[in-house]
Amino acid sequence: MSIVDSAKQAAQGLVMGALQKLVPLAPDSWIPGGKPDPLIARKHGLIGKPVSRLDGTLKVTGAAPFAAEFRFDTMVYASLAYSTIARGRIVAIDTQAAESAPGVVLVMTHRNAPRMATPPVFGTSVHAIGPADLPIFQDDRIHWNGQPIACVLAETQEQADHAAALLDISYAPEPSITDLAAAKAKGLEQGLFMGQPLRNSIGDAEGALANAEYRVDQRYRTPRHNHNPIEPHAATLAWEGDTLILHDASQMVTQQAQSMADVFGLKTEQVRLTSPYVGGGFGSKGLWDHQVIAAAASRLAGRPVRIALSREGVYRTVGGRALTEQRVAIGARADGTFEALIHTGLSVITPHNNMPEPFILGTRSAYAAPNLLLQVEIARMNMLANTFMRAPGEAVGTFALESAIDELAVDLGLDPVELRIRNEPEKDPTSGLTFSSRHIVKAWRDGATRFGWDERPAVPGARTEGEWQIGMGCATGTYPYYRMPGAEARITLLRDGDNVRAKVEVAAAEMGMGTSTTTAIVAAERLGLPIDWIEVGYGDSAIPGAIMAGGSQQTAAIGGAVIAAHGELVAALLKLAGNDSPLAGLSANEVGSDEGGLAKLDDPSRRESYASILTRARRDSVSVTKAGSMPLEFMHWSMHSHSALFCEVRVNQVTGEVRVSRFLGSFDCGRILNPKTATSQFRGGIIMGLGMALMEETQFDERNGRIMNPSLAEYHIPVHLDVPEIDVIWTDIPDPHTPMGAHGIGEIGITGVAAAVANAIYNATGKRIRDLPITLDRLL
Amino acid sequence: MTPFDYARPTDLAEALRMGAAAGAAYLGGGTNIVDLMRERLAQPSALVDVSTLPATIAETDGGGLMIGAAVRNTALAEHPVVRSRYPVLARAILAGASAQIRNMATVGGNVLQRTRCTYFYDAEGSSCNKRAPGQGCDAVGGFNRIHAVLGTSDACVATHPSDMCVALAALDAIVHIDGPLGQRTMPFGDLHRLPGDQPDRDTVLAPGDLIVAIELPPLRFGASSTYRKVRDRASYAFALISVAAAVEMDGDRIGDVRIAFGGVAPKPWRALTAEAALRGGPATAQAFRDAAAAEFADARVLRDNSFKPVLASRTLAAVLGTLTTGEAA
Repeated sequence: MSIVDSAKQAAQGLVMGALQKLVPLAPDSWIPGGKPDPLIARKHGLIGKPVSRLDGTLKVTGAAPFAAEFRFDTMVYASLAYSTIARGRIVAIDTQAAESAPGVVLVMTHRNAPRMATPPVFGTSVHAIGPADLPIFQDDRIHWNGQPIACVLAETQEQADHAAALLDISYAPEPSITDLAAAKAKGLEQGLFMGQPLRNSIGDAEGALANAEYRVDQRYRTPRHNHNPIEPHAATLAWEGDTLILHDASQMVTQQAQSMADVFGLKTEQVRLTSPYVGGGFGSKGLWDHQVIAAAASRLAGRPVRIALSREGVYRTVGGRALTEQRVAIGARADGTFEALIHTGLSVITPHNNMPEPFILGTRSAYAAPNLLLQVEIARMNMLANTFMRAPGEAVGTFALESAIDELAVDLGLDPVELRIRNEPEKDPTSGLTFSSRHIVKAWRDGATRFGWDERPAVPGARTEGEWQIGMGCATGTYPYYRMPGAEARITLLRDGDNVRAKVEVAAAEMGMGTSTTTAIVAAERLGLPIDWIEVGYGDSAIPGAIMAGGSQQTAAIGGAVIAAHGELVAALLKLAGNDSPLAGLSANEVGSDEGGLAKLDDPSRRESYASILTRARRDSVSVTKAGSMPLEFMHWSMHSHSALFCEVRVNQVTGEVRVSRFLGSFDCGRILNPKTATSQFRGGIIMGLGMALMEETQFDERNGRIMNPSLAEYHIPVHLDVPEIDVIWTDIPDPHTPMGAHGIGEIGITGVAAAVANAIYNATGKRIRDLPITLDRLL
Repeated sequence: MTPFDYARPTDLAEALRMGAAAGAAYLGGGTNIVDLMRERLAQPSALVDVSTLPATIAETDGGGLMIGAAVRNTALAEHPVVRSRYPVLARAILAGASAQIRNMATVGGNVLQRTRCTYFYDAEGSSCNKRAPGQGCDAVGGFNRIHAVLGTSDACVATHPSDMCVALAALDAIVHIDGPLGQRTMPFGDLHRLPGDQPDRDTVLAPGDLIVAIELPPLRFGASSTYRKVRDRASYAFALISVAAAVEMDGDRIGDVRIAFGGVAPKPWRALTAEAALRGGPATAQAFRDAAAAEFADARVLRDNSFKPVLASRTLAAVLGTLTTGEAA
């Protein structure tokens, strides 16, 4: 991190800190969501009905174009060469053999690459999403083992790959830190997340722990994880004059376009980035070196370029989740109520980024405890910049916290569900805020009944079938509600004879989770139109505003922007309606949308259809654009989703093999907008959690910082046979303070799962495994 | 991938002629060699496609089977005689890879697949004596959870990854070879080499040699055989350890027994020491564990794979328990 970037992050942290002091004191009515979204009261429309993905047919027939399927005339293909040392300098690159290989158009290295600015690092401005403050192809420096250092363009992918392998690169290695022990020995720093310290201290946690009647105090470790979306990262791009056309796989379309403009010194409107379909992102589909390299090479060669990373290329170029070492200590009374809760530990980052895996975030609001100590410290290593990966923080933090709670339940002889409920807080334990919507006890009770939790053996190892020991475990999952600033929506009504169609455009991203479908559902309800008459535009930097498919906040961000734009639309229509309308004289806040037109809220007989208003005004269309309200609600209320997770495992007594035989997720995530796509989201998150529990691990060789399993053959994720039937239920209780009463649900699914599995393994075997993944050798 | 020529011979003689050319390699289903070529671990100047040569499974006079090398793995696993007389082979094949890969992979190609050592696969960034003799071995001091504990050398600790071959080792299969040296046969156990100081040579085959068939001799107690594979997920992973075994009881004693291990050695590991310890003895869990202990007495474990002798012992005991009593030991 440069000093300037650090200062920018710190400044943002100060602004956030100030807001967090003021916003809680404001009256509810001043805060977005203070007055419930009228759609919450609408019970009989499309919201809550299972709607199939509107793009489903396109996808299963192969007609949906992904980033590596766009074409340009005279397009060439890129292949990258990666460094094999962790730190040092490039002494020489012999490009002669590569340049004379068949089909080669260009070999680009730091020596001939165009001059480019360093991408602004994530968090230094609203649009900044660079993974690290490192220049790309601008000097001879090596910063991680696997860093892209040369790019070959050729007429075919095979020619480019072959030529890249012919490059002869020599290095001058310099001392590097690729060993965790060495990194720790250099000293730890306080971790910052979004500019604020990852530290909370209330009361005297260590003292209360020492004096507690019951205590657990354990260490838990989670390994590095790599991103493995089914679609490897790719972009197809071309320069048209000084304008860059970029078809990318992006979960942050506007920000990515702006970052590319910053790198190449272009105006915002000189980069047009589209990303209509994305084959999974999970936090990884942002700006990495490959798009910058491809655009630079394209400019140098004067040819459009497609860059499609190999699976190994994704491991070398795209960061993953960093390792953690966590301590969780709980001091409790005999009745189970907590006296002290300590959740501390470390994660690793690089010298050039600032994204400590924030594993205490979920603990901040989890349980009532009068004495709390939470802290994330960091060590720095020479490695590829780590990044966001589905529920950064909560995914691994809940493993430690929820394992420790299970350990305490065993010590106390209490049912672990009951222990959790006994420590349910009345207000947020760290912020002191009121909860906006928290029905976790209902989620626990409903889930326990449905799962048959009362059949759980009270004593570990009590239930066997042949070679298999069978056990049950549970855990709480959690993820916050966020809504980021910058979202805008454009609503256009188009008269089509006697009907009116609507186009709703948001600069959002669709990574496969069903956003475009859900947006159409909500827009149809908001505008009072059939869903068939709604067209949703997204995934295009030409659309106003900036919406990130991250932090599980996109649904809320879109919802907030569409609410604002709809208000603007009503005002515009009333103006067009004029004095001859039944609505004449009404103000925008007295009127809403209903059945193809506007109606007075408390007297729906005063109404006029959109078509009638437009016809009388001799207009074919009306279009409005509006930004969503300032997202202050999650500083005014404590806003979180929760899950109660139940797992049954079978552990083989001979081999230590673990098979998850049943899983239930009982979720409290506000109102579910589309049960069909929501179920997939929850299940997908749980499956990813099963992988985290049992098999996922990046093999980072500490001798040289090289990732040794950069392939789906050796980096294990669950296959079909590893995944049991996964039951999913939810409370469906709307959060009165969010758009549509909904919470985003992209990330909560993974949280808590690893602990539920580990706790079930304990119940089956009596063995407590505190290091992930729980491979069979740990159970022998 | 380095550019190469592709040729599809119409008969065996033409295949052998093409295969004898310098730099040529035979292509079966391509499920391993194409990966190796993509990683530049194999850079043949020409691929001689023998996957379309006639491939049959025929019963031999003595009651065995002659399996053409181009027979697909799926076809072999599904063959009724294999399923009834050599269930260990059918189970081993079905424990490997995925349905799609088994549909492509040939018997000859499966036998000649190369190790999954990740340092072997990392041509750019790691040292490997198997890939580049004399370069050194990064696996010994690195990630070696999947590596061998028997038959290793200071130069190489890689395992042979095949499941099918473990069954073939237990079944005393015979390899039929043709090539520049003429037709010959050899016991399956002699085909793969231990690394010694030449870990780059996986087998004793000479350049241009082609495996044309695998013969299964009759085995009286072949029907009483099975294969058990232990791995890091339920499917689609290489064995941490696997056991192929066949047992014939003589009263309450073990009359005869065949045992081979996968995932523990640079070659499919026929457990002759364990077999000798068991033959004529009681079929007890203690005897099974003692036999495994004898087999693994010389095991050399590494940082991440010290669990393998224990896991092998437990798995062998369970397999033999099932075969001798119908119940797990």
